[in-house]
Amino acid sequence: MGGLLEVGDLSLNFGGIKALEGVSLSVAEGETLAVIGPNGSGKTSLFNCITGIYRPTSGAIAWQGESLLGSTPDAITRRGIARTFQNLRLFHNLSVLDNLMVGRHLHFAKNLANAMLRLRGEEIRHRRRCEEIVEFLNLEPVRKSRVGDCPYGVQKRVELGRALATEPKLLLLDEPVSGLTQEEKEEFGYWVHEIRGRFGITVLFVEHDLRFASRLASRMAALDHGVKIAEGTPAEVQRHPEVIKAYLGE
Amino acid sequence: MIDQMLQYVFTGLSAGSLYALVALGIVLIYRSTRVLNFAHGDIATVATFVAYSALSQQYSFFVAFGAALVVGAAVGVAFYFGVLVKAQREGANLLGMVILTLGLALIIQGAVVWYWGAEPVALPFPISDTRTYTIGAVVVSQLSLASLGAGLVGSLLLYLLVQKTRLGLAMRATSENLMAAQTLGIPTRMVLGVSWGVAAALSVVAGVFLAPALLLDPFFMLDPFLKGFAAAVLGGLNSLPGAVVGALILGVAESLTGAYLAIQFKNTLAFLIIIVVLLVRPEGLLGKEFKERV
Repeated sequence: MGGLLEVGDLSLNFGGIKALEGVSLSVAEGETLAVIGPNGSGKTSLFNCITGIYRPTSGAIAWQGESLLGSTPDAITRRGIARTFQNLRLFHNLSVLDNLMVGRHLHFAKNLANAMLRLRGEEIRHRRRCEEIVEFLNLEPVRKSRVGDCPYGVQKRVELGRALATEPKLLLLDEPVSGLTQEEKEEFGYWVHEIRGRFGITVLFVEHDLRFASRLASRMAALDHGVKIAEGTPAEVQRHPEVIKAYLGE
Repeated sequence: MIDQMLQYVFTGLSAGSLYALVALGIVLIYRSTRVLNFAHGDIATVATFVAYSALSQQYSFFVAFGAALVVGAAVGVAFYFGVLVKAQREGANLLGMVILTLGLALIIQGAVVWYWGAEPVALPFPISDTRTYTIGAVVVSQLSLASLGAGLVGSLLLYLLVQKTRLGLAMRATSENLMAAQTLGIPTRMVLGVSWGVAAALSVVAGVFLAPALLLDPFFMLDPFLKGFAAAVLGGLNSLPGAVVGALILGVAESLTGAYLAIQFKNTLAFLIIIVVLLVRPEGLLGKEFKERV
């Protein structure tokens, strides 16, 4: 034990439906862990439990040794966990840059007078940070555009950038490349790789695209019907008979 | 002829600018919580009575005005945290929460009647509505000029807050996508609480400036509230600029109707506007519904 994030024996029921059943998972600092599994296997539910959107029925979630259970989503983000959503949850009426600035919110000075006055020096610091992300994700041409007007591929990047703007220790990506073209997937793979390499952020991601997942992940876990059926290196997990059964049927 | 019309337009703008403050508060709360706050006018009523009590005890206007703002904002914030948040936690739906605001309205009305009585009183106001200035051919009273000023300053301050501050950015983010805002570390409850306080304070400003023209009684804000509501629907319930535009249009239209059609229809107009807007352009002049990609 002693990983960055420890999920222990986690269960989540919705009425009679068991979304997660006794899932345990440990995320070590600096790794890229992929969670795979067919539709409805509980991947997103797991994310929602970690980020405080769902309250698990039983089990434990520990972040750097402290429990996250009962914390609100904003408190969890402030402790260094950021995420993206499968179906994107952007602020469509704000510009790309403002979307990133919202991500900076938790680093703004806490005191109310400063919040009201937008102190010059601090403002510039946050803007600069956002510009770094803009440059990193090639968002330069659209930085002033309204996000709602941007194409889907760009929106995916904005959401990634917004999560990065919170300067997390752990980044949760929910199907980062779903709906993207092959070319965009390649780009995204590069960015995820760089996020770990250049920014030193631990990444936990859920992905449907097994090829993408196995190329990026240093370790992999598979879920099916809310139960963890395999864990190990990408090669091991993909060859695991349970995983093959889950994906291809009997 | 034209002069007279200008006169009516000015009167309408001055009334409209106070409707704008009411409408802005309604929109601010609606777009961030989807709750239509039926106690909006009553919060202003109780706060204006507080100003009345302070003024009757010889406190200066600024002290009284400040006290009214604080009381109004406090009622709004307390209602949000004390009632709405709890109701939401118990799984209340939107309609339930709207009914709760109606309940608050009735409670405030009862409390005001109990404490201050139901007899109309005159608010001792430092700005006169009989002293007038003549600008060109238009005669403006000090009070209508002050109302116009209050409306402008209130709208401007809100604009600066929402568009130019970090708190404003957090407010915009929260109202557009609560869950996303939350996962970016924004304490959304706090932000919404502040929105309730700001909205209430805006309607208090409207109340204090409306009271001298009307008489102060426990129900005096009912009419302005409904006008503000109509203005908000006209401008688009989601749009803050829409609220101002809608309120100014309503104010002028009302004034012209009273002058050229029949004074009896002056109040009917607001509701005609609601009906027509909902039939022809439900999203209002400047409104647009936020859509979520699925």
